[in-house]
Amino acid sequence: MRTHRPNPIVSLVSRVVSPFIMMFALYVIFHGHYSPGGGFQGGTLIAAALILIRLAEGNETAQLQFPRAWATPLGSLGVLIYFGTGLAAVFMGGRFLDYSVLHLAHHATMSRSYGILLVEIGVGLAVTAILVSIFDNLLEGKPDA
Amino acid sequence: MLDFFIGHYAYWFVFILMAIGLYGMTVKCNLVKKLIGMTIFQVSIILFFVASANKWGATVPVLDHSAGSIDPTKYINPLPHTLMLTAIVVGVATLGVALALVITIYNRYQTLDETRLLEHMRKDDDSE
Amino acid sequence: MILSNSPALAPLSLLLAAIVIPMVAFRRRWLAFPIALCASAFATGISVVNLVRVLSEGVIHYHFGGWIPPIGIEYVLDPLSAFVTLVVNAVSLLVLVHAHRSVAAELPDRSMPYYAVVMLMLTGFNGIILTGDFFNLYVFLEISSLALYGMIAVGNKKSPVAAFRYLIMGTVGGSFYLLGVGFVYMTTGSLNMADIAKIAPTLYHQPALVAALGLMVVGLGIKMAIFPLHGWLPDAYTYAPSASSALIAPVGAKVGVYAIIRVIFYVFGVDFVRHSLPLTDILAWLGAIAIVYGSVLAIAQKEMKRMLAYSSVAQIGYIGLGIGLANPYGIIGAVLHVMNHALMKACLFLVAGNFRLKLGHSTIPRLDHRVRKRMPWTTAAFTVGALSMVGVPPTVGFFSKWYLALGTIQNGRWLFLAALLVSSLLNAVYFFRVLEKVYMKPLEGDVPDDGDTALAEAPGSMLIPTLVLGIALLLLGLFNAVIVTGIITRIVPPGM
Repeated sequence: MRTHRPNPIVSLVSRVVSPFIMMFALYVIFHGHYSPGGGFQGGTLIAAALILIRLAEGNETAQLQFPRAWATPLGSLGVLIYFGTGLAAVFMGGRFLDYSVLHLAHHATMSRSYGILLVEIGVGLAVTAILVSIFDNLLEGKPDA
Repeated sequence: MLDFFIGHYAYWFVFILMAIGLYGMTVKCNLVKKLIGMTIFQVSIILFFVASANKWGATVPVLDHSAGSIDPTKYINPLPHTLMLTAIVVGVATLGVALALVITIYNRYQTLDETRLLEHMRKDDDSE
Repeated sequence: MILSNSPALAPLSLLLAAIVIPMVAFRRRWLAFPIALCASAFATGISVVNLVRVLSEGVIHYHFGGWIPPIGIEYVLDPLSAFVTLVVNAVSLLVLVHAHRSVAAELPDRSMPYYAVVMLMLTGFNGIILTGDFFNLYVFLEISSLALYGMIAVGNKKSPVAAFRYLIMGTVGGSFYLLGVGFVYMTTGSLNMADIAKIAPTLYHQPALVAALGLMVVGLGIKMAIFPLHGWLPDAYTYAPSASSALIAPVGAKVGVYAIIRVIFYVFGVDFVRHSLPLTDILAWLGAIAIVYGSVLAIAQKEMKRMLAYSSVAQIGYIGLGIGLANPYGIIGAVLHVMNHALMKACLFLVAGNFRLKLGHSTIPRLDHRVRKRMPWTTAAFTVGALSMVGVPPTVGFFSKWYLALGTIQNGRWLFLAALLVSSLLNAVYFFRVLEKVYMKPLEGDVPDDGDTALAEAPGSMLIPTLVLGIALLLLGLFNAVIVTGIITRIVPPGM
């Protein structure tokens, strides 16, 4: 996998398919709280789309799309979104992760629904970044001194 | 007697998978084979939880408002499925850490065979 | 706001530090340690506040997300969990202060991810201790285990193999625990500990529930490293970097002990355990065997960290014996030993870290009396730690052994009492071996004092935690009656 042998068929198909995978992944994330789906599943799909480009186009070209250095800060940002939603609930006077006090909607149940959506987005971002980071680290595998 | 096997065939399947996973982890010498055994073991437990959530004549737990009043016995239990999402994530993370460890071990010792690794480590210990 | 949310603030602040460190310290590496230290100090302060609240108000429940249990997840603060969180956080704070120089010397370019992983481990430990929900315990168990694998693997050449073996065994343990949780959920229909404690007595002879108890204890026993399941411990503690050993060894196995105490005594109850499986008897026997086995093997070791690792196996055997006796003195001895062993092992591993930094090694045959001349305070702390491990009054180690001995006498188990006394002798053998090397000059062929100016006392940030722990061993021993009557007698579970 270190040496990339360019292949026109693989390259074309993966470039066409990858955006559709990402679109489907967004659908899965946003429908997580009342039908099958959710942050982890959608995040894995986005990571699959990014890894597909890495496999088809070679590692160096794919770094232009999602550089290796973005992975850890983006992962931390995703977890921070999750944590921040819970912390915002604490500052508004409720318990940690009590979305009904966040007043995102008029009804408490709808407020909980939107709160879970925020959490799912954070989880999806974190899972994407970390899975791509695992793939990059395993690919690197520098011999140790 | 036959009902004991056929009535609970899902749990027998889980049991066989668990045994295969434990066999892989303990008997095999190659580190990657141990990892495969560990993954099979974790997956068998996930399947066990999911199999336990089923009910006779029940359907997917997505609320169907057009059916009138909501009857809980018509939907399978979604809680074990939710718990197993977390367990799958834990399995993936453990596999990621384990693969990174395997690569580091290979870079340092140039072998993935457990008996030879232990020999190298004893030699390093004695020479220290 | 802080007071009403105080049960959850300890793990949350540590988790916040674990998230913030990679984002903030990505470019400026020197920021990682101050953030970690602040979070750990805040968590220790919150633990003190929690303990004071629990002793004055009684058991406190904290419902996450506003959902009422048994539907929602809750954190439960009772004297046991508040006490153990205080021990974990306080000891980790002291070791973290020491770790700054040690990590800078041994892992210079990886300090930022290292501190983030340490914060994750502490989050996991705090979560395990505070939670009141079985599945939440599994989640935090795996968080802390993954962090532990990472912390062990960054040591010298052999550490990835030790981390890999720990990974395989730890995953089996976690999976057995998860299977046990599944059985409990299918039989009782609930995952909340307090709820199951109400339902379980009505289901005495259900095979699934008995199997669940066995599976959970075996799974948590692997994390606790009780005798036959301790195989991962010596390699992991020895080959890890000095800072990791000092962070893991005092508190790592204790959270497994805490979880077993919860499962056996608070959720299932002593009556259930006595009716179904002879689990407490088995634990007592395994604890007694571990005591003798660990002490004998520790005598044979040449390297100090490996000796301390086998000594840990023996000390965990003491706690297992205390749990297995299942009478009030046994529980008091076990919980007091949790605190004592954390303090003693932290002090000893910090001494080993000081030796590694200044001498370059911690092998026992290569120590000589120059060490005592050049590093007097470190060897003094080692002496106090060694006396405490042997069990000499008024150091703190004597009192937990005293309560355990009272527990064995109360049950009439003379064999266990003999094991306790013999092990104190064996402890004396392997600790005084080090003291002899360091304090005595050889009879002939005096080692010349070559004026090696590089060998000096350990730097202040490493020396002060070592001394604080050594003084704590003496002080807490003198005042242990306050701790026992004030906190620990409230921990004795109902029905004993």
